[in-house]
Amino acid sequence: MARAVTPRRMILTTIAAWGVALVIAFPVIWMILTSFKTEASAVASPPELIGASWTVENYVEVWSRSDYPRFFWNSVVISVGSTLLGLAIAIPAAWSMAFVPGKKTKDLLMWMLSTKMMPAVGVLIPMYLLFQRLGLFDTKIGLVLALMLMNLPIIVWMLYTYFKEIPGEILEAARMDGAALWNEIVYVLTPMALPGIASTLLLNIILAWNEAFWTITLTTTKAAPLSAFIASFSAPQGLFYAKLSAASTMAIAPILILGWFSQKQLVRGLTFGAVK
Amino acid sequence: MKMTYRALLGASVAACLSGAALAETTITVATVNNGDMVRMQGLMDDFYAKHPDIKVEWVTLEENILRQNVTTDIATGGGQYDVITIGTYEVPIWAKQNWLESLNDLPADYDIDDLLPAIRGGLTVDGKLYASPFYGESSFLNYRKDLAEKAGITIPDAPTWDDIKAAAAAMTDKDAGIYGICLRGKAGWGENMAFLTTMANSYGARWFDENWQPQFDQPEWKAVMTDYVELLTKYGPPGASNNGYNENLTLSLQGKCAMRMDATVSAGALTDPAQSEFADKVGFALAPDAGLGKRANWLWAWSLAVPASSDAKEAAKTFINWATNKDYIALVASKEGWRNAPPGTRTSLYANPEYAALPFAKMTIDSINAADPTNPATKPVPYVGVQFVAIPEFAGLATSVGEVFSAALAGQKTVDEALAEAQTLAVDEMTAAGYIK
Repeated sequence: MARAVTPRRMILTTIAAWGVALVIAFPVIWMILTSFKTEASAVASPPELIGASWTVENYVEVWSRSDYPRFFWNSVVISVGSTLLGLAIAIPAAWSMAFVPGKKTKDLLMWMLSTKMMPAVGVLIPMYLLFQRLGLFDTKIGLVLALMLMNLPIIVWMLYTYFKEIPGEILEAARMDGAALWNEIVYVLTPMALPGIASTLLLNIILAWNEAFWTITLTTTKAAPLSAFIASFSAPQGLFYAKLSAASTMAIAPILILGWFSQKQLVRGLTFGAVK
Repeated sequence: MKMTYRALLGASVAACLSGAALAETTITVATVNNGDMVRMQGLMDDFYAKHPDIKVEWVTLEENILRQNVTTDIATGGGQYDVITIGTYEVPIWAKQNWLESLNDLPADYDIDDLLPAIRGGLTVDGKLYASPFYGESSFLNYRKDLAEKAGITIPDAPTWDDIKAAAAAMTDKDAGIYGICLRGKAGWGENMAFLTTMANSYGARWFDENWQPQFDQPEWKAVMTDYVELLTKYGPPGASNNGYNENLTLSLQGKCAMRMDATVSAGALTDPAQSEFADKVGFALAPDAGLGKRANWLWAWSLAVPASSDAKEAAKTFINWATNKDYIALVASKEGWRNAPPGTRTSLYANPEYAALPFAKMTIDSINAADPTNPATKPVPYVGVQFVAIPEFAGLATSVGEVFSAALAGQKTVDEALAEAQTLAVDEMTAAGYIK
C-alpha cells in the first residue's frame, strides 16, 4: 500500500529537490553570470553579485576574435555524425547480444566496457600516429570515427539494456509472419525501443559535444570544435574569467537548449525498464 | 574552330602554370592567448602584403595544452605545426632533443646582434639561436607613489627586502582596502614558484647544489618562506594563496595594492589611463635584494620557433622574421603607439627616444639586464634558468612544491612542515629521474 503524501512531506520534498537542483546547476549559473561581468568584477573578492559591473563586452570580444560559426558547425557534424554512425553499428550488435547471445556474450560486453576504463592519454601516441598515417588528422571524418569508437561501448551497453526489456516472443512472432532480419530490426525492434534509442542518441550527442581531450589533440585549424574554441580563451598570464565564461556559455548554449527541449525523452529513456 | 580550341588549350595551360607559380604555402602557427599575440593577428595584412605566397592559419591554445600538443606532434614527427610559441623554459630542453630548427640563418635584416644579450642567451644552445623572442620580460616592483608619499616614505630605485618590509608596513590600511604588498600565491611552477625562486636567488638560496641535491632543508630557504608568509599574512590581500598574475594585476589596476612585484610586461596596462585610474600615480623600482648581489627578478620570453618536423621551414622562418623583426615593432608603434610595442627583445627599442621616454622603459631594461640565467644564484648551481630550472622534471616538481608552499601561505601548514615536505618531494623526484645516484 502506498504511503499517503502529506502536504508537509510534499513541501519538504520540493524544497529538497530544488536545493539539490540548485547545487548541481550552480557552477553553470555562476559561469553565465560571470560572463556578463567585467574582468575586475569577475575576480573580485569577496565575489560580487548585486554590486557587480555588468557588461556584454565579453561576448562582443569573443565573437569578434574567433570564428564561432565554424567551431559550432564542426561540433554539430562531429557529435551528430559520431552518434549516428555509432547507432548504426550498435543496434545490430545489441540485437544479437540481447536476442541470440552466445557463450561469450557477457565476457564480450565486459571487455567492451573495460576499454572505457583506460585513461585516454594511454593511447595518445598510437592514435596520433594512426591519424597522421591515415590522413585523418584535423578532419571531421577522423573525429567522427574517433568519438564513435570512444562512445561505442556505452551505446552498445545502453541499447543492450533496453533491448533486453523487450520480450523475445514478439520478435519471434514477426519472424513466423515471415519478417526478414532487417525488417525485424527496423520495423519491430526499433519502434518498440524508440525511447531507449532516443535517450542513447541524446546522451551520446552530449558526450561527443563535451569531449575535449581528443577533439583538441587531433585537430589544429579545420576540424576544431567548440572545445578548442574554449581552450583558446585561456591566457598564459592567468585565466580571464569573464571572457572564458562568455566563450564557455557560447559553447554549451546549443547543447543546453537541446537538453532542455528533449528532457522528457531523455528521462523517459533513462528510466526505461527501471520499474517492472 | 581548330584555332579556337588551341587558343583555349593554350590559355588553360597558361592558367595552370601561373596558378602553380602563385601556389601559396600554408603555415600553421600555434600560439598562446595573450595581448601581444592577438595584436599580431590583427596586423597580418602587412605580412600578406609583403608575402602574398604564404597563408597563415592560427591555432590558439591554453599554454599547457599547447605544450602537450606540440610535444606530441614533434615527438611523433607529425609536422602539424610550422611555427610554435615557446617559453624560455622549453627552448634549451627541446633544442638539446633536436626538436627545434636553428634560426641562425635568418636574413641579415633580422639583425640578430640587436637582440638583448640576456634574452638571446636564454634562447641559445651551443651557439645557435633556436627561438626568436617575440616579447621578453623580467619582474620588478610597481607601487603607488601617492600612498608612499602619504605614508612619508621613499621607495628607492634599487630597494632591499628590508625597504620592502618597512614600506609594506607603512602603507597597509586594510580598513580602507589597501594592501601593502601583493605577491603571487597561487600554486604553479609559473605562478608562486616563479616568484619564490627569484626571491630565493636574492636570499642566497638555490634549488639544488652542484650535485643536484635539493636545498629546501637549508636556512636560506627557511628565511625566504618565513618572510614571504609573514609579508603576505600581515600586509597582503585576503585569499593571497589564490592570487596569481591576473588577480594581482586586477587588484593593482583598482589601486588596492600599494606595492606589487610581478612581470614587467604589465607596465603598459598599469600606466594606461583607460585601464587604471591610478595610471599617473604608478612608480617602478627594481626587484629587491638582500645585499648578496642578486636581485629577485626573473627573465622570460615568449618566442617563436620552428619545430624540426615542419614541412614548410622556409615559409615559417619568413614569418618569424616578419613577426620578430625591428620593422614589426615599428609597425605596432605606428598603429597603436609605442606603449604597446612588444617589449624586452631588442636593444634598439630601448635606444629609441620615444620608447625610452615611457615611465617603465628604463626599469624594464635594467631588470632584464640584471637577470643572468646562466648564473642565477649567489652559490654555484648545476642548472640554467632564473625562475626555473631548465630540466624536463622541473615543471611537475615545482608545481607540487608550489602546492605545498601555497598551503603554508593559506595557514594549512607551518613553514617548517612545508619545507620538509618540499625537500622530500624534490629528493624523491630527483632520485627517480637519476640525478641523485
